[in-house]
Amino acid sequence: MTGLTMRQQVLLLYLAHSALDAAVVAWSFWDGTGKRETMAGDSDEPPYGSGLEALRDGWRLFQVSPLLPHAAGDEFRTGYLKYEFLFEKWIEVDHASS
Amino acid sequence: MHPPDVTLLTTAQMAHFAARGFLRFDAVVPEAVNRAFLEQVGDVPESEVDSVMAHYGKVMRSAAVPVVAAGTALDDAYGQGTPLRALVDLPVVRGAIESLVGPGSRLDHHFLHITFPPRFYLRREQVPKAQHWHQDSTIDPRRAFDIQLLYFPHAVTAAMGGTRFLPGSHLRIVSEAAIARYQNIRGQQHVVCPAGTLLIVHHGIWHGGGMNVSEQLRYMFKIRLAPSRRQERLWDTSDLPATREPQRPIFWTGSRTDENSIAAVLTRPEPWFEADTMRLEYINRARFWRQLSADPHFDADYWLTRIENEPA
Repeated sequence: MTGLTMRQQVLLLYLAHSALDAAVVAWSFWDGTGKRETMAGDSDEPPYGSGLEALRDGWRLFQVSPLLPHAAGDEFRTGYLKYEFLFEKWIEVDHASS
Repeated sequence: MHPPDVTLLTTAQMAHFAARGFLRFDAVVPEAVNRAFLEQVGDVPESEVDSVMAHYGKVMRSAAVPVVAAGTALDDAYGQGTPLRALVDLPVVRGAIESLVGPGSRLDHHFLHITFPPRFYLRREQVPKAQHWHQDSTIDPRRAFDIQLLYFPHAVTAAMGGTRFLPGSHLRIVSEAAIARYQNIRGQQHVVCPAGTLLIVHHGIWHGGGMNVSEQLRYMFKIRLAPSRRQERLWDTSDLPATREPQRPIFWTGSRTDENSIAAVLTRPEPWFEADTMRLEYINRARFWRQLSADPHFDADYWLTRIENEPA
């Protein structure tokens, strides 16, 4: 069976602070079209300098990490990257090759 | 007193470890030890290896890497005359171990990591991939710390996918593979090194094995060691200033020239630090240095003094 269908690409950008124009400090990309395999450690340079650059390149922002209050006694503990921005693109692919 | 064949770390090396969570010793292990280790584990050309499981089974059945109960004293873990005993008894290696986790450290576990070329995965219809980012063991909020020795017995090229690690990540409290969502982080390093290189890391360092796209097997032997005594002033403190470094001017700094001071090392950012948590990292590093140096009033650039100032 052939025909066109849609597949999602997901871009995760971790920024230096909570504004979208902050610099990218970490990133991930997964390709639902199956055309590109990605993995940990496969790139030492980010695809965009900031979240805003990704927005201007056609990525749709669909989730932003919330700003949470700091629990008493735990104010200085660091853990996961704090400023996570999730983007997506929907790509038209040939169903036969998807 | 330490025996004369132990080369303890310097204060500068300890400050580097406190700030970045690792120390790297290139080609520190003699070639004879590297060769003996590889021979004992049964290293053979890639073409002579049947499968991942078969090769691991063969190495496991050999006596090259002893089976050691968790909690065994390091001094009892490896027999005299073996390559692994020679490794941990090298003056610079033993000195680093004793500086970080003290004499009498205990073996948590050890493991020979073997990374195979892509053909071993492709023929099982698996996609060869790098290991995800993770922190070893589990959530570990202790003040004390373990170390891990990563021993590379042969030269590691970029194609071999040497261990990837993130300098400065060791003080972050996370839960093992929960950080696997991150693929790439600014400042990540990939170990490319000559034979006999040793990387010593804090147990909290974020890391993962790279994908081996070469045509050779890659070996890395890891030893995790735990302290059995308080980790205070265990290194060669003869170069530690007798009186605490005075506070430096901050923000409006003029032409600063003390780039090698402990405060400067502990407040040097990593490329991945976020704007606000960068300051929390400095605070946590300064607290770590208080612990290591047994100086409860140490501070770096006023980060702790400011938030502790509560006049009566």
